[in-house]
Amino acid sequence: MMNCREATRLMSESQDRKLTLTENAELKFHNIICTGCRNFDRQMGSLRLFMKEFAQTPEAPDNSADKDDRPER
Amino acid sequence: MNEATAIDLTDEAFLRELREQMLKFARLQLNDEQLAEDAVQEALIGALKNARSFARQAALKTWVFAILKNKIADVLRGKYRRNEVSDDDECNKSGNLDDELFNDGGHWNADERPVNWGAPQKMVYDEQFWKVMDACLNHLPANQARAFMMREFIELTTDEICESMEVTVSNLNVMLYRARLRLRECLENRWFAKT
Repeated sequence: MMNCREATRLMSESQDRKLTLTENAELKFHNIICTGCRNFDRQMGSLRLFMKEFAQTPEAPDNSADKDDRPER
Repeated sequence: MNEATAIDLTDEAFLRELREQMLKFARLQLNDEQLAEDAVQEALIGALKNARSFARQAALKTWVFAILKNKIADVLRGKYRRNEVSDDDECNKSGNLDDELFNDGGHWNADERPVNWGAPQKMVYDEQFWKVMDACLNHLPANQARAFMMREFIELTTDEICESMEVTVSNLNVMLYRARLRLRECLENRWFAKT
């Protein structure tokens, strides 16, 4: 049965390629009994979301910009 | 990708400021004005090709610096080679994190076991979180950072990244794995364990 080091490796790779049926089955089995790896698996999805949002969500408007529509004096 | 939300590259003040910061960084690392100028120039040209993937200046900056650090590493490696000083492979040097995280049997050490991050969607609106994210990305070793950002920011395929970095698929998988291990560890320690 695979250990956490191997499982996390596969979970990382699952972000980059489709896992084989066997890999998937072994991973599922491991994660049923391993809370840490179950959390790790969800975190991989979160990392992807964060990276996307970090690049593509514009900065929250602060006071310096975005006040252009304020009438001049 | 949506062009309408992309960063305005005609924002001269932003670009000039960015270039200044890069130069300062490169000079410190390389100790040579000409080499620093060249590295910055190359990194900027390389990085800005993908500027359309970014709507956030902070993220673009992180990306540009990831490229620059890689360029600097290349220059330094070349320098060392000429002086016939043995150079550590960055991948090996920085690969020891997994030894701290896992025990001999390959299972999580008790205090390193990943915790539940709750609903990550709500982090997206927290500017403080993005500062932590940025700091954690900047702590990745240069190679890992570049590979990971190519994957996640620019969304290049495995083949494209391997070609551009001149590495094999299994090298790349290891780099991405280590980047993710490190990044999640950093986010957990600096953010999720505290909130």
